[in-house]
Amino acid sequence: MADTMPSYIGRSVVRREDNRLLKGAGTFVGDMKLDGMLHVAIVRSQLAHARINAIDLDAARGVDGVALALAGADLKDVLPPISGMQVTAPKTWRDGMDPRIEIPDQTLVPHDKLRYVGEPYALVVASDRYIAEDAAELIEGDFETLPPVANAEAAVNADALVHDHLPGNIAATLHAKKGDGETALETAPRRLKRRYFHHRYAAMPMECRGVVAEYDSRTDSITVWSSTQVVHWVRREVANALDMPEERVRVVAPDVGGGFGGKGHVYPEDILVAYLAKRLGRPVKWLEDRHEHLLNAAHSRDNLFDIEVGFDDDGKISVVKNYFLVDSGAYSPVGAAIAGNSIAHFMGPYDIPHYESDCKVMMTNRTPNAPYRGAGRPEVAFAMERSIDLIANELELDPAEVRFRNMIQPEQMPYAVGLPYRDGVMIEYDSGDYPEALRKALDGVGGLDAFRKRQKKALAEGRYLGLGLGCYVEGTGIGPFEGATVKIDSSGKVMVATGACPQGQGHETAFAQVAADIWGVDIDDVVVTLADTSHVTMGYGTIASRSAVTASGAIQESSDKVKEKVFAIAANVLEASESDLELRDGSVGVKGVPEMSMTLKEVARAALPGWIHQRPEGIEAGLEGTAYYEPPTVTWAYAANAAIVEIDTQTGVVKIENYVEVHDAGTLINPAIADGQVKGGLVQGIGGGLFEELSYDEHGQLMTGSFMDYLLPTASDVPPINVIHSETPSPRNSFGFKGLGEGGAIAPPVVIANAVCDALKPFGAELNSTPVRAEDILNILDAGAAAAE
Amino acid sequence: MTASRTISVSINGEVLTGDAAPRMLLADFLRDVLGKTGTHVGCEHGVCGACTIIVDGVAARSCLMFAVQAEGADIKTVEGLADGDDLHPLQKLFSEHRALQCGYCTPGMLMTAIDLVESNSSLTTEDIKVGMSAALCRCTGYEGIIKAVTAYAEQVHGKPVRQESDNG
Ligand code: FES
Ligand code: FES
Repeated sequence: MADTMPSYIGRSVVRREDNRLLKGAGTFVGDMKLDGMLHVAIVRSQLAHARINAIDLDAARGVDGVALALAGADLKDVLPPISGMQVTAPKTWRDGMDPRIEIPDQTLVPHDKLRYVGEPYALVVASDRYIAEDAAELIEGDFETLPPVANAEAAVNADALVHDHLPGNIAATLHAKKGDGETALETAPRRLKRRYFHHRYAAMPMECRGVVAEYDSRTDSITVWSSTQVVHWVRREVANALDMPEERVRVVAPDVGGGFGGKGHVYPEDILVAYLAKRLGRPVKWLEDRHEHLLNAAHSRDNLFDIEVGFDDDGKISVVKNYFLVDSGAYSPVGAAIAGNSIAHFMGPYDIPHYESDCKVMMTNRTPNAPYRGAGRPEVAFAMERSIDLIANELELDPAEVRFRNMIQPEQMPYAVGLPYRDGVMIEYDSGDYPEALRKALDGVGGLDAFRKRQKKALAEGRYLGLGLGCYVEGTGIGPFEGATVKIDSSGKVMVATGACPQGQGHETAFAQVAADIWGVDIDDVVVTLADTSHVTMGYGTIASRSAVTASGAIQESSDKVKEKVFAIAANVLEASESDLELRDGSVGVKGVPEMSMTLKEVARAALPGWIHQRPEGIEAGLEGTAYYEPPTVTWAYAANAAIVEIDTQTGVVKIENYVEVHDAGTLINPAIADGQVKGGLVQGIGGGLFEELSYDEHGQLMTGSFMDYLLPTASDVPPINVIHSETPSPRNSFGFKGLGEGGAIAPPVVIANAVCDALKPFGAELNSTPVRAEDILNILDAGAAAAE
Repeated sequence: MTASRTISVSINGEVLTGDAAPRMLLADFLRDVLGKTGTHVGCEHGVCGACTIIVDGVAARSCLMFAVQAEGADIKTVEGLADGDDLHPLQKLFSEHRALQCGYCTPGMLMTAIDLVESNSSLTTEDIKVGMSAALCRCTGYEGIIKAVTAYAEQVHGKPVRQESDNG
């Protein structure tokens, strides 16, 4: 931090991104047009599981304007598969989880067998997209249909194997244990056993994916523009596949139209387009259309839980046994990371002495499953928070009361959970007041007692109102690292580049705020460069609610290196002692002596290499520093949610009257941006809870392959939402930041399910799967009516 | 394939000409032929509204029109809103009310809102929500968009937008 007080962190500075985006002057991958550019159309499987006998490309090759048509066989010995382990795990995590992980590598274009509807098997490159698609339609395939492995449960005992080397279709198993779950269950006065299902839906950014690549034969280098959240991962995989030095591969994510995790790993197309550009010596562009996106961009969620909870007559939970299956589809681009999150987050804000978890990541003939906003947390929050409501029902206690009785108290902080996190460090919740968050959430919907009275009165009038609660904690700001380079050149501007890759989070603004405070300069004197591998040697990217913490840490550490030089040089020029110097308003000066100072611009000039420098002995030329921030472990954001719903008994429609989330992500950089992140996440969660569904039939065909069937929430679907931000600083970094990109999306599905069950309590209804469909509600109402007759 | 035709349209007051095959979508013509990439496509099947422009005074989805249908039309796109560096009042309100994050839906949102507000002088909050449901935003959760459009309606029509229904 600068010697001056922070002046930008904590302020809702207007975003510097807005101007260009409002004018339609941003540059998304789809907007790029390079001289001589060719266009790719990809031919995708219409079968869930099939052996490829032959692919006939002749007709496509004969079309005027077609430069190239290829099938998997043509690439088999040319391009290696993408590693199944795009995310690695430290040994300490492995020791704690006892995993068996055999995530299959993903062949870019299979030549032998197809494993999901939407998987690429051929491609055409042509002078324009219309021609490419015409030619693609002429490609004939001879396939032998194989029995599909339709879902995770069926996969366990299926004869068919998605990958021949994975018996039982198991790609990974994980185990975790705290205390002695077996004994605790045997001795528990009461037990609750349930099956919960969290359905499949997806990130669904408004901009589909897209890639443009251009090869430069003079330098034997390639530039790839990809709509991605992880430019450095794409660079690694492209360099590996094309056998080029990473230095000769530049990957840029220009303006990206939303990501939410769906663009958070390397896809085959990232590599294919780069390969085609190099092979053809011309720029190549591929844009995904929405149908392709629904079929082929990663799906998420789709977990089946078998839960057993032990508790006493007061509702105090002593043990949870969490057995679950992840339907990972045909591949699992980030390995067992989602399952790892699910295991680690199950107990949420509750103090539970015994826990046992066992998970299988299953391969099925569905689209690959990868993290989407929440990444394993909405699923377990659903199972845990539904269980609490069911315990409350059994004991005739209020669900709020059962939560309060089980919550970790503020004086227990920091709280050791007794399980390892994905970064290999034993989990310790760092700070916060969980019961206070729930109290505030209840106040936010008008108070518990007041609501119960209203509910009773409404019921007497034949109206069904319900209160739904949902609490969670979220590990944020995960490593392994983020990189940043900070420079001050002769212009005196502070230039910051990091590996963060924004997709709408306002990083250009937020990191300018952070850097301006670190340097005590005007925010307009900070230049921020993001999502470009040519500016930062090593970077990680924007996934997993991590950038506020990790990129800020890297900006700080690299700034510290540069500051050492700035002070040494200024001390030399000003003939003062370094310890008497401070940063103030873009200058370095002697404390208490306003006239003794020099601007950063002057320091930068004094730092130049050459004959006229003014550096003291031993100080290297140039004001430039790079650092790789490796966070000690994650920071723990948390939230409590409360919502009131009313059921329309005629239509089964759930009307959310009011939704409140009390969210704590530590110190906020830009409260307005933070608020937008949480609210955007909440609306995605509401979409997932009520409308959005990637559903498959028994043949493995996706039934929701367009926006006519995959229903996103619209402006008129959104209820009044109130987000109350608490700011308990994290002790794990000097800013007090925690991450907040994902949080909003975690709770709504279970909050809605709990609220609906609360409203329909007179019917004894249980909704233990998502989404909560109108027809499910009508069924409950009909069953109730039938029973009453 | 049928031969291309030369199409002439007025875009934000400037007459532009380009070649388009009969099957070329208007969205592709604007973006790829005329280089007006401010108009985005999010679905190409008429649901998301990202491609919304104003054709002869009415909001239209440029992914549901062929370029040849636009021959001679008077088209307004997002590029025509600001006057140089001076943002259009609705653009300013979008920034003020945090009505954009990634900005991908924004051009379609702006054009949808302009048509909605300028062709209705007595909008209620509910009308605005329903009207803006013609376009999808995945980032913001819509709150800022509704606020910005409401403020714009109040500016344009010089009177407050009526709250309607219990939760307005
Ligand atoms: S692109 Fe035209 S409505 Fe979606
Ligand atoms: S701002 Fe990203 S889709 Fe609306």
